[in-house]
Amino acid sequence: MLVLARKKDEAILIGDDIEIIITDISEDKVKIGINAPKHMKVLRKELLEEVKEENIQSAGSKVDLKALAKAMKK
Amino acid sequence: MKIKTKFFGEVDIDEKQIVSFDEGIPGFPEYKKYVVLNDEELDFVFLQSAEEENLCFITMPPAMIVGDYNFDLSSDTVEKLELEKAEDAAVLAILNIPEDFKKMTANLKAPIIINTKNNKGIQELLDGDNYSMKHQVFKEDV
Repeated sequence: MLVLARKKDEAILIGDDIEIIITDISEDKVKIGINAPKHMKVLRKELLEEVKEENIQSAGSKVDLKALAKAMKK
Repeated sequence: MKIKTKFFGEVDIDEKQIVSFDEGIPGFPEYKKYVVLNDEELDFVFLQSAEEENLCFITMPPAMIVGDYNFDLSSDTVEKLELEKAEDAAVLAILNIPEDFKKMTANLKAPIIINTKNNKGIQELLDGDNYSMKHQVFKEDV
């Protein structure tokens, strides 16, 4: 992995059209500005992990459809 | 063609019914083909894998859960689904149904979007904090 040291307001370019700017640095947090083409999806990684987890849980639930149908009709 | 399903045994489907999720669904990247099945008794919509019998998401149109569900679809997704009009998009929220199904939650933050014109689907991830991944379907007094 490429690791670069950057100061506040310095930037990194990836290819021709992605720019990553360090907009603020505090003790345990950096704020990052991202300029990228609209078709590029920018995501917080943990959000994708959450969706995976939620999907796996949802697909794994053992549902008794008949009991559920009964309960929903009440 | 006949496929095996988690809830309905063997089901005969038309190949045209197959919805392609080219990127898979997060957590299940290896499965790309699904069919949408309905049940006469339940208002749920079943997103059944056409490849894996035991993989089936139980879903519901989010509009049935919250009245004013709306969001901007990312241009990335519009492009991937080749979506021309918003009306062509079918939107489904995956339900997480625990044993005590009164505690059922719906994932409103990552809806399934299907272009009904070409049967391409994707699970979209919405920005912002408008919608929860664990939205309580029933109010507590049910």
